[in-house]
This record gives sequence, C-alpha cells and structure tokens, in this order.
Amino acid sequence: MAEQNELLRVVDLKTYFPIYGGLLGRKVGAVKAVDGISFSIQRGETLGLVGESGCGKSTAGRAIIQLLRPTAGHVFFEDVDLTTLKGEALRRLRPRMQMIFQDPYATLNPRHSVGKIVSEPLRLQGLMRGHELKDRVAELLELVGLNPAYTRRFPHEFSGGQRQRIGIARALSVNPSFIVCDEPISALDVSIQAQVVNLLQDLQERLNLTYLFIAHDLSMVKHISHRVAVMYLGKIMELTDRNTLFDDPLHPYTQALNSAVPVPHPSVERQRRRFILHGDPPSPAHPPVGCVFHTRCPLAVLECSASEPPLHAVLPGHFVACHLADTRGGSKISI
Amino acid sequence: MALDNPPYQHDADSLLDIEKTWAERLAYGGRFLWRDRSGVLGIIIFLSVVIAALFSPQLAPYDPLAQDLRNNKLPPAWNVGGTWEHPFGTDNLGRDIFSRIIYGTRVSLTVGFFGVLIAATLGMIIGAIAGYMGGRIDSAIMSLINLILSLPYLLFVVFIAAVLGRSLLNVILIFGITDSPIFARVTRGEVLRIRKSGYVESAISAGARWPRIIFDHIFPNLIGPLITLATFEMSAMIFYEAGLGFLGLSVPPSVPSWGNMLSNGRKYLTSASWIAAAPGLAIMYTSLGMNLLGDWLRDVLDPRLRRSRR
Amino acid sequence: MNPLLEVRNLVTKFYTLDGVVHAVSGVSFDLQEGETLAIVGESGSGKSVTVLSLLGLIPTPPGRIEQGTALLRTPLGQKDLLQLSKAELRDVRGGQIGFVFQDPISTLNPILTIGEQIKETLTRHLHLSAEKAKAQVIKLLAEVGIPDPEMRYKAYPFQLSGGMRQRVVIAIAIACNPHIVIADEPTTALDVTVQAQIIDLFNRLRRTLGMTMIWITHDLGVVAGLADRVMVMYGGRIVELSTVDDLYERPQHPYTAGLLGALPRLDSQETRRLVSIRGTPPDMLLPLRHCPFSWRCDYASERCWQEIPELTSTAPGHEVACFYDMEKGGLRDG
Ligand SMILES: Nc1ncnc2c1ncn2[C@@H]1O[C@H](COP(=O)(O)OP(=O)(O)O)[C@@H](O)[C@H]1O
Ligand SMILES: Nc1ncnc2c1ncn2[C@@H]1O[C@H](COP(=O)(O)OP(=O)(O)O)[C@@H](O)[C@H]1O
Ligand code: SF4
Ligand SMILES: [Mg+2]
Ligand SMILES: [Mg+2]
Repeated sequence: MAEQNELLRVVDLKTYFPIYGGLLGRKVGAVKAVDGISFSIQRGETLGLVGESGCGKSTAGRAIIQLLRPTAGHVFFEDVDLTTLKGEALRRLRPRMQMIFQDPYATLNPRHSVGKIVSEPLRLQGLMRGHELKDRVAELLELVGLNPAYTRRFPHEFSGGQRQRIGIARALSVNPSFIVCDEPISALDVSIQAQVVNLLQDLQERLNLTYLFIAHDLSMVKHISHRVAVMYLGKIMELTDRNTLFDDPLHPYTQALNSAVPVPHPSVERQRRRFILHGDPPSPAHPPVGCVFHTRCPLAVLECSASEPPLHAVLPGHFVACHLADTRGGSKISI
Repeated sequence: MALDNPPYQHDADSLLDIEKTWAERLAYGGRFLWRDRSGVLGIIIFLSVVIAALFSPQLAPYDPLAQDLRNNKLPPAWNVGGTWEHPFGTDNLGRDIFSRIIYGTRVSLTVGFFGVLIAATLGMIIGAIAGYMGGRIDSAIMSLINLILSLPYLLFVVFIAAVLGRSLLNVILIFGITDSPIFARVTRGEVLRIRKSGYVESAISAGARWPRIIFDHIFPNLIGPLITLATFEMSAMIFYEAGLGFLGLSVPPSVPSWGNMLSNGRKYLTSASWIAAAPGLAIMYTSLGMNLLGDWLRDVLDPRLRRSRR
Repeated sequence: MNPLLEVRNLVTKFYTLDGVVHAVSGVSFDLQEGETLAIVGESGSGKSVTVLSLLGLIPTPPGRIEQGTALLRTPLGQKDLLQLSKAELRDVRGGQIGFVFQDPISTLNPILTIGEQIKETLTRHLHLSAEKAKAQVIKLLAEVGIPDPEMRYKAYPFQLSGGMRQRVVIAIAIACNPHIVIADEPTTALDVTVQAQIIDLFNRLRRTLGMTMIWITHDLGVVAGLADRVMVMYGGRIVELSTVDDLYERPQHPYTAGLLGALPRLDSQETRRLVSIRGTPPDMLLPLRHCPFSWRCDYASERCWQEIPELTSTAPGHEVACFYDMEKGGLRDG
C-alpha cells in the first residue's frame, strides 16, 4: 500500500491493567486487555475493529489516541511516535485525534449546555472566542443535523441519537483528521443507527476523515469499513478488506462470527447451515497459551496449544493469525 | 451539502420548541411539589428550625435560663393544670421549656452546621486525593477510612468526648473529624466515576489540563451528592449531639441544649415526663425534616433524574 | 381451533409526574398453539409493557391496565389473565407461562444455588418430592446445554457466565412444561457467538417440546430465523402483523419498510447507502390523534394527520395499520 498515504501505524501495541490483590495491595497479575496488535490506517480510510465484548477494542482505541498510556509498543501518527510524547507536545497534537463514545448518555456533561459542550475543545485550545466561537458552534450543529438554535439546551432534553450527534459535533470542532468511533451506534435504535452511520460516512467524504470504527455488530462494520480487523482476547485474529473478510474468511474465529450473525431474510436464514461456537471467551487475565482461540476452536491441532501463531500475510493484504491458514483452505471449517 | 434530510427541519424534535405557557408552568410546578410533598414538608420543617435559631430572642417568650421555682414542673398547656403562658410547661427549676427548646436549636444547628462543614471539607480533600491519585495512595487512604468506619461510632465519639471535656468547640471538632471519612468515601467514589466518564475523556482528548477538568467537570458534578450527604449527616450530628448531651458529655450543663434537657428530664420521667418528652420530640421533628429534605435534594440535584426526551 | 392466547384491545398507561405515558394503546393479537410470535420495535415502543401486562407484572402505581382481555386457553376452560388475582397470577407465571427476561441477573436470586432455584419452581408448581425434583433439575440443566449438570447444581449465579445464566433462566422457564414461553430480549445482552448458542437452544426446544413462544426483540435478523409470525410495534400500537416471509418480502407499513432498509446485510457485497428513517421515536406522553408514524413518514397525507389508521387485513395472514398502499403507490380503499 502507498506508504505516503499512511496516517497511522500501530506497532505491537500492548496495554495491560494491573490486578492488585492480597492484604498489602500488591500486584498479583495483569489483565492483558490489548496484547500486541499491529496495523496501519490510510488517510480517508475506515478500519473496522470487531470482536466480542471484553476483547480489548475500547482499550485499543484509547491507547492509540493516548487516552491510556500503552504498556508497550508504538503508535506513529504522521510518523510521530505518540508513545514518546509527553505534556505540552502531546497536548498540542491531541485535537488531531478525537473520539466518539458509545454511551450517548454518559459522555455529555449533564450540567453543561450543548453550546458549552460543543465549544469545549475550541475553548481549551484557545482557538476561538466570542462571536466567532458562536458561529462555529452553530455551523457544527448544522453539520451534524441538529437545529443550531439548540445551543442553550441541556443533554437530558435530547434523544439518544441526538446526543450522539452532539458528541460528533464536539469531536469535529477542532478539525481532527483521525476519529476513533467506539461503538457509536450500539446504544441507538435501529432506525437511528442508520442516520448516524450515514452521517459519519457523509462527514468522512466531506472532511476527508480517517476512522477507526469499533463495533460488535458485524453487519454494520462491514457496511462502513474499507478493511476490518477481528480481535479476540487482546489480539488480532484476521485483517483484510471487508468483502474478503465476510466472503472468504480464513480464521476459524472469523468464520464462526460470520456464521453467528443472523441475516434479516427468513428464507436465507432458514437454509443457512450455521456453525456454532461452544463456550465463552476465556478471561484476559489468564489467556490460554499458544493460540488464544484454541480452547474454542473446532480445528485446533496439537501445535495450537503449543505455540502462538503470528499474524502473517497469507495472501497480499490478507493477514491471519492461525497455524492452519493457507491458500488451500486448510483453516476452513466445513459445515 | 451531502447530508440526507437534516432531521431538525421537520419532525418530532420541533416539540422541543413548544414553549410552555405560564399556566402550564404553574401546573407543572404544582404537580412537582405535590408529588414531592414530603420534600416540601422537609423544607418547611428545616426552615422553621433555622428561623427559631436565628430569632431565638424574639421568638422565645422567656429567658431560657430564668428560674421560677414557684412555677416548676408545670405541665404543658393542653394538660390538666397547664397554662398557655408556658405552652410546653416548665422544668424542675421552673424554666420555660418552650423557650429552652427554641434556644436549643442554636446548639443543635451550630454543631450540625460547623460539624458538617469541617467533615465535608476534610473529607473532600482526602477523598479527592485518593480518587485522583489512585494506586497505592488510594488503597492506603481507603484502608484507613474503612478501618475508622468499622469502629463502633458512638462508643468512639463518647470516648473522645470524655477525654477532651465539655465544650461546644470540642463537640464540633469531634463530629467534624470523625464524620469526615464518610465524605471522603463518597467524594472518592464520585471522583472516580466522573474521571472515567466520557466527558472527562473527551476533555482530555481535546487537550484539557487537570485543573480545568477539576474545575469544569469534577467539581460541579460533585456538589449535588455532597449537599445531599451533608443534609443527612447534619441530621445525624444533631441526633448524636443530643445523645452526648444526654450522657453529660456535650456542652456545659448551663447551656440550653436538647441533650442537656433530655439528661435533666430523665430524673423526672415518672413525675413530669414532658421535661424529657419535649426535647425528644424536637429532635425527632428536626431529624425527620432533614431526612425528608435530603431525599428531596437527592432527586432535585441529580440532572440525570430529570426527565429525558426519547 | 381457537388460539391458545387471545389478547383484545389491551391498553396500559403509566401515570407519571410528567404526564400520562401511553405505553400500550389498544393491542390485539392471537397466539396459536405451537407457533412463535415475534414482537419487534424500537425501545420504548411498548413491547415489554405488553407482555408484562399479561403476566401481571406492571408496577402499580404508576402503571394501570385500563382496558382489555387476555384469554388463555387451559384444560379447564378459558381464563382472562387480566382479571386474575395476585395469587392466581403467581400460579400462572412459571406454571402455565414461563418467561425469560433480558437480564438474567435480575431474575436469579444471587444467594441461592441455581439448582435450588429451579427446584423451587418445580416444587411450587408441580408439587414434586425433593428427590424427584432434584433429578428433574439435573435433567433440565442438561437439556438447556449446561455441561456437568450435577456439579453446576451447586453453583451460584455469579459463578456462571452471562450465557450460562441465561440458560439457567430458560431452564426455570420451561421447568413446568408451560403452555407458553415469553422471552423478552433474551439475547440482547449477549455476544453474537453466545446469542447464536441461545437461539439454537430455543430452536431445539421449540422442536422437541412443541413450545409456543412470544419472542421480543429489536433485532430483525434474529426474528428472521426464529419466528413464524411477526408483530411490529410503534408508539404503543401494532403497525403491522404478518407471517415472517411476507413481512420481509412485502413490508406494507412505511415503518417496517424503513427498518428493513436501515439494516446492512452481511451476505451481500453491495455498498448501497442505508435508508434512514428521519426524526426520532414518538413521545409517548402525547395522546395520539393521528398515525403515530406520521411525524417521520415519507408517505403521510392529510388523512394520516386526522385519524389513527386501524389494523386491517391486506392479504391472508397480513395486517397493517396504514392508509398508504406501498404496492399500489396511493391511498388505500380508493
Ligand atoms: N480501567 C480498567 N481497569 C482494569 N481492567 C480494565 C479496564 N478497562 C478495561 N479493562 C479490562 O480489559 C478488557 C478489555 O476491555 P475493553 O477494551 O473495554 O473491551 P471491549 O471494548 O472490546 O468490550 C476487559 O477484560 C476489561 O475488563
Ligand atoms: N415503570 C414505568 N413507569 C413509567 N413509564 C414506564 C414504565 N415502564 C415502561 N414505561 C414506559 O412505557 C413505554 C413502553 O415501554 P416498554 O414496553 O418497556 O418498551 P420496549 O418496547 O422497549 O420494551 C415507554 O415509553 C416507557 O418509558
Ligand atoms: S398511515 Fe400514513 S403516516 Fe402512517 S405510516 Fe401509513 S402513510 Fe405513513
Ligand atoms: Mg468497548
Ligand atoms: Mg423492553
């Protein structure tokens, strides 16, 4: 892929949360929420990040934009390693990367008016004041499809979808080039989800935004993303373009996920032979050795519990972390 | 513009714009108060106590210390032998109980107000440090706080009071210090909750510095829960102050306080029960009012509980 | 054959500080023996309140069931669920009607082992002896796919994962061979792979036990593979009621059509723009005098703002409450 077009590169990123225990509150272990992920995102691209809850998606998103300092690894944003930046240097770069959060109810300060919320990043950066600021807020509200006359209202006066729009307006206020969308539609009703997704796509086109789109809804991720990474227990299992991932997945976990998603079409759905994964994901505090998926994998062989398969390119641009993955379908589950 | 149908132009959202008429607002206010009529009662009770304390000299018919041995142990006005000149009767030394109850609010409110002020200030500082610093410091502070909170409170207070001796200042200090862990715990919890909230994260991602975050986000969201807690704690302090007074460990016996009155009345429980009953009822009245007020404040001060639009 | 459950004109309101919430306004439907009826709709559309009304679980106050009948066919004749006493309702719940809610935590008692909780249902409704009940519990646990049922009998809810807990709730629901099982968003809180397990379990139980089911969800994907008939709710009313195939192939209500258009499909490569329904769900505080969807509807005409469309049959097994005929492209009945 064209190197000069790369906006973000994540290299072997790890984020562990210490577990304290015992009487003296000593560190007794760690939750390996994100355990060595690598990928890059091109300018104007949407990279989808899917996986079941608790697999480390949000932690990854936060660690990338340095809301959490990663335990190890590097994040290059326009060739600047964010993990080495501190204090003012990081603060100055922050507006370039923004985040849209999952819960539209908890992410807006209930005591601030919409105008105050949307203008906060601008005020913090000291970019604008007075009339200019007011005009900008009105412009932003209009951009996300809200009535610009609502600046004096408070978050509790809005519906979930509207609150999400307010959050989007706030993120856009400082003209970021990269936005982490952490499950921005999961808490919304179906009819509203489409509004927000369309809005995000329009904005991407107009403002040339780059997204990391986190979700657990595979159909929506497929719809909005150019490429998709599948996470399981803090690691990336498979990474490729959207159509390949859904039509020709190579990792057994991706195949299971695909098969688990119901298709909104009765006759198709009735004829589908689905492959059902057993059990629940293990705890990230005690991930299995070897391939983290081997405890649930129907194809697991001896090697899988012995050594960890690296994420490697099986085909150009198609990365898989599975010992059996090859071009001859060695990792295909037959149903 | 590439946006499909900006939704604000035509739909249910425009309901936001329907301004309420004055009649509707009044009706809403009325319904609000009616549903929260216990809260209204709490406000009334609390205000009555505050007014009694502020204007004791004007409201009290007699000097609370003036003895009148000829008229001692007069029963309340509604009892046989009572007179409206001493509505709540008189005590063993012929002092007017009604006047003493009114003056007693001063001690109770002073202890409650300053006690809570000290407890809240100390607690907020400690709790904010624990919540903000996290890690080791947090665990250490919280262990200490849990240790203090696990002590039998009254026994603990009685012990200190007995050691320090009787004075208003001592009582206030004792309550202020021993009650601060509760404020610290609530503050810490709120700080942790707010720190993790999306709006603080988004402020950080916009480049906010910590003082700004504390001032803009943490502090305003902390006030509601702390005021609510303060109301309940003040009620508790008034109650405990009376308890200490009853044990003879609060303000000196010459001061008209509800605890001292209780303690004094105990000796005449069989012959003149009203001497003890009056301060007892006053304590009940006040703590009922403050608890109702606290419940009401909890609802009113929480913006999350305000009606949200779907 | 008459239906197993016949609900007519159910009206449930909540009297709150902000005004009267018209949660369910005139819902009527039949449930045939052996079928699975799905209720779909956005949050707040009245799905839960509908079934909670039937189960006598509406908190009163502020709630009140204002009107309606719900005739349940039993071996001893019909009884109206809405007229039963509290004690009779307790017998019905868990006895003739089993239910599974979204959040297993709130259904299970945290301080009792799961075995005891299932056993309690059995002894209360079927009056089994302790020994027989225990054997039955272990059989049930195995039936809902819990590994090591003997060992898990002694487990507490917190020791189980979300999916396992939901299986326990299902075991309680089917313990007494109920006539009907009502499931209110039973998979919403679960991950897709676990959701697939639970749906698979329900499908199996449906086949083996010939279970009659009401399944509430907001996920039109889940409905497609599970339901025989679908009831679409909007603003406390039924806007469309149809067999599942007909609904997906020929949605007749603009709202249903919009919902289907708003869903991306995993099984296709197209990158069409999603159809979005503009605006927000209705405010249930407003007493309705017109079609609840007219605010958001692209086909709304004068009439839609003047009266409430009734649910009318447009094809065999297909009813819709809308004045506009999407197939013809004009108003109905000339
Ligand atoms: N602040 C935290 N402290 C401790 N553990 C955490 C924290 N945040 C997340 N985790 C743990 O890290 C794992 C990944 O969490 P998260 O990134 O939120 O997953 P996802 O977004 O994929 O649902 C989970 O096991 C979660 O419990
Ligand atoms: N206990 C309650 N008090 C007040 N309003 C309620 C209560 N329960 C439900 N409602 C209201 O009734 C309407 C329907 O709710 P519900 O049936 O739970 O929706 P859903 O379709 O998401 O299950 C909503 O507007 C909701 O706010
Ligand atoms: S009745 Fe009218 S407003 Fe309602 S859905 Fe049909 S066409 Fe739209
Ligand atoms: Mg997350
Ligand atoms: Mg519901």
